[in-house]
Amino acid sequence: MIEAPDLSLAALAPLLFVFGAACIGVLVEAFWPRESRHPVQVTVALVGTLGALVTTLLLTVDFEREITAAGALAVDGPALFLQATIAGLGALSLLLFAERALDPARSAFVVSAAVPAGSPRDRELLTVQRVQTEVYPLATFAIGGMMLFVAANDLLIMFVALEVLSLPLYLISGLARRRRLLSQEAAVKYFLLGAFASAFFLYGLALVYGATGSVRLGDIRSASLAGGTDVLLVLGLALLVVGLLFKASVAPFHTWTPDVYQGAPTPVTAFMAACTKVAAFGAILRLLYVAFGTAEWTWRPLVYAVAIVSMVVGAVLGLTQTDLKRMLAYSSIAHAGFLLTGVIGLGAAGDGSGLAATMFYLLTYGLTTLGAFAVLTLVRDGDGEATHLSQWAGLASRSPLVAAVMTLFLLALAGIPLTAGFTGKFAVFRAAIEEGAWPLALVALLASAVAAFFYLRVIVLMYFSPPAGAERGQGPTVGVPGMPTTIVLAITATATLALGIVPGSVLDLAERAAIFVG
Amino acid sequence: MTDFPWLLLMIAVPAVGAAVVAALPKGRDLLAKQVALGVSLVVLLLAVLTAIAFDTGGDRFQLTSSVTWIEDFGVSFALGIDGIALVMLLLIGVLVPVVIGASWNDELPEQRSMKAYFAWLLLLEAMMVGVFAATDVFLFYVFFEAMLVPMYFIIGSFGGPRRQYAAVKFFLYSLVGGLIMLAAVIGLYVVSNSQLGEGTFAFDALRQLDIDPGVQKLLFLGFFIAFAIKAPLVPFHTWLPDSGSEAPIGGAVLLVGVLDKVGTFGFLRYCLPLFPDASRFFAPFVLVLAVVGILYAALLAMGQSDMKRLVSYTSISHFGFIALGIFAFTTEAATGAVLYMVNHGIATGLLFLVVGMLIARGGSRQIGDYGGVAAKAPLLAGAFLVAGLASLALPGTNSFVSEFLVLIGSFPEEPVFTIIATVGIILAALYILLMYQRTMHGPARGVLLQEDPAEPAPGTGGATAVLTAPRRSLRVLDLSRRELAVVTPLVALIIALGVYPQPLLDVIEPAVSATMDDLGGIDQ
Repeated sequence: MIEAPDLSLAALAPLLFVFGAACIGVLVEAFWPRESRHPVQVTVALVGTLGALVTTLLLTVDFEREITAAGALAVDGPALFLQATIAGLGALSLLLFAERALDPARSAFVVSAAVPAGSPRDRELLTVQRVQTEVYPLATFAIGGMMLFVAANDLLIMFVALEVLSLPLYLISGLARRRRLLSQEAAVKYFLLGAFASAFFLYGLALVYGATGSVRLGDIRSASLAGGTDVLLVLGLALLVVGLLFKASVAPFHTWTPDVYQGAPTPVTAFMAACTKVAAFGAILRLLYVAFGTAEWTWRPLVYAVAIVSMVVGAVLGLTQTDLKRMLAYSSIAHAGFLLTGVIGLGAAGDGSGLAATMFYLLTYGLTTLGAFAVLTLVRDGDGEATHLSQWAGLASRSPLVAAVMTLFLLALAGIPLTAGFTGKFAVFRAAIEEGAWPLALVALLASAVAAFFYLRVIVLMYFSPPAGAERGQGPTVGVPGMPTTIVLAITATATLALGIVPGSVLDLAERAAIFVG
Repeated sequence: MTDFPWLLLMIAVPAVGAAVVAALPKGRDLLAKQVALGVSLVVLLLAVLTAIAFDTGGDRFQLTSSVTWIEDFGVSFALGIDGIALVMLLLIGVLVPVVIGASWNDELPEQRSMKAYFAWLLLLEAMMVGVFAATDVFLFYVFFEAMLVPMYFIIGSFGGPRRQYAAVKFFLYSLVGGLIMLAAVIGLYVVSNSQLGEGTFAFDALRQLDIDPGVQKLLFLGFFIAFAIKAPLVPFHTWLPDSGSEAPIGGAVLLVGVLDKVGTFGFLRYCLPLFPDASRFFAPFVLVLAVVGILYAALLAMGQSDMKRLVSYTSISHFGFIALGIFAFTTEAATGAVLYMVNHGIATGLLFLVVGMLIARGGSRQIGDYGGVAAKAPLLAGAFLVAGLASLALPGTNSFVSEFLVLIGSFPEEPVFTIIATVGIILAALYILLMYQRTMHGPARGVLLQEDPAEPAPGTGGATAVLTAPRRSLRVLDLSRRELAVVTPLVALIIALGVYPQPLLDVIEPAVSATMDDLGGIDQ
């Protein structure tokens, strides 16, 4: 007789919610009439993600750490905190997807991705008011994959989750309505490099299994404790980490980031920058802390070096960018380095404030970067979004509010006090210095200063420069956002300020959540 | 009276005022100015009341209050002032209304709104009060960095032709210093965590720490570099001439008068008491920087043709004196240095204001574009002279007292440095008097010279009209009533504090000697 594995349905409720919504979304896509499909899809996706958010929050009320689904899933503090973060940020991203007031053609997504770009049929479809609705179930699947990713207690499940979150992302990055070739190029690039990364991960998984005889994180830990250091194990760990660092867009595995961020439709870029980052770091934290927490020496130098490379590459190359989306991509690479600074802040005995700090940083960074990309969708010219830096000159004189909100996000990304970015930075740097990694923290501080320069440049342009193209009357226009984008901007801006001024309760939450099971 | 939250009010009132001014409808510039002036006068009143509530013979930190802010970091919103902070608060209270009055009719670039300018000024005031009143190192750091944002916008939006460059340079220099200090702040927290069992940022607790000398040196450098950039000491000074000359006059006054004092204030409040061994170790290096700064900046000042740049360089020279007084480690010299901080704020503030009034009349910042102004505008010239004489520390003006105290206080400990520094006084006389003489006296010349309107001469015509060359004379208005109202308080303070500095000294001296005790006082 086959014994059914023990399943704690309550603990799985958030995942069930999201995946359920994604499946319903597929059915809606197949059976609902096209004319009224868009609002239904948006509702289904939002109900799924917000339901997941609420259930994770409910789980925290009366919360017991457990490993469920025959040991494949860990429902613990970090998992719940990161799942809630992903669900919340995912819901906000979906709102950006649903914005219909900005583009004259009422959507950021191409009507029919199968029509070759530039063909007569494509030009015909460009101005059609029909909208693409497949993106909603796809994005919901990706969110589900991410939430599974951070809770995976088993390398196989982790791999499955990695694919579930990646495949929809490859697809939706190629669905931009305008500049389609750029978007398709981004999708192909992302797919090819992503496939490589997945292969690395899989190979690493096989090696670790070979070395320890298990894919459970807990078993790997005890095997590595008993067996000491094995070449196979070290090699396997390295390959696993490479696969994850790729997803987290950490230099030197970052090369896809600027192209994909630039080419993908901006709502998708926002989604990737915020949610994928959280998911990838969630998996990195779990893998390093739970499976390899004791064999510190193996991963510590690697992460140390990669953190420095990522901060330096992100900050320095960010200086040379003239496109805002690319600039924010390099900023995301630099921030990945700051996050790794927090990962280093794990104590030898599993204590230390590194875990809480990294999780808090993920939340603040996700909110801020999502808000910044949301602002990008507002500034447009005849050819879609106006993302070239020069087009932003003098924006403050035309729309002071948009400029002010963007300034808030940029100051937060630069880590100026009284914004969420500063609190996050302070938390990760403190964690690193507490563990004696002050040289790393010093590099991080200098990198923040360099990075501040390119954030400042945007502020300088918006406020201190004469308006672009004003004399020819052809500057970009600032669109009036519809309800969805307005909600996103209001929430992200408020949160960015609130987490800077009164971060106490959320920090406390992260601190209490910061214990892994396993 | 001492339980009343004076300090909190001094932060909250201008902050709320800034929000109110910013929220006023477009085009209501006059109302915005009136509200801003009113708010700044309320803050001045609060500062005076704070001074009355302060007991010179009482505890080191008074009017203290503390509320837990971020529990996980061990951060409190802790305020409190010693005598040094009190005199700085008074200086802020005086300078801000003066600056607002002086900027009343400023012409802003590209028709920018006066409203935003005054909102930023008030926000800056709130931050400046916070930075001096904080007794929690984390809180101090937050104000220290957040203060950059309003100043950045003041320079960048309302400054001169090269304002973008100046604003970014200012921001980045300060930010780099601040971030290095942040590393040291966290380091201090980690030390407190290991020694006290729980991490804290409270100044009084950190003062009790016994930090390993090697660590002390690193932490000292972290704080020192940030303050040396802020103050600024040579070689960290290059941002100030750009910011000082490109900032609008009001911004420049606050930048040099108050903002930069955060650097020297930081030396006294944080570097010396928290890292006494490291302070002694590094003192010779700092003194070299200070003395080099006095002479180098004075020489550069003489070479300037741009008046605002010249005044900026004189400030760098004066900051050298202040640093000398602080790092000579005697109560007398350090008291002189603190008094110098106040006096320099008043004297250089006035000098900037008068130069600004001259520039507003002529539209040029070059010394060579002016001449003989005194004949037509005696009041302007008089104010210029008073400001100049105060800057070169003529006896009878306020700066003389402080400079003298610094020099005689430093001499017993550091005779060589003190003697070299004295040369700076002579150079000061040169650069100030040369500027005054060239612009105010001598033959009328420059941009203010205008052709007289052709006199209507009925009956004459043709040949005779061609023969009479157009007569040119200096067209310059003397100080208006508003300008007079702005200048008078500062002139009065210069004279009053020059003759009777005792009240300020009584407030400053106990705080300074407490600091010297922390240092394991050399002269006690």
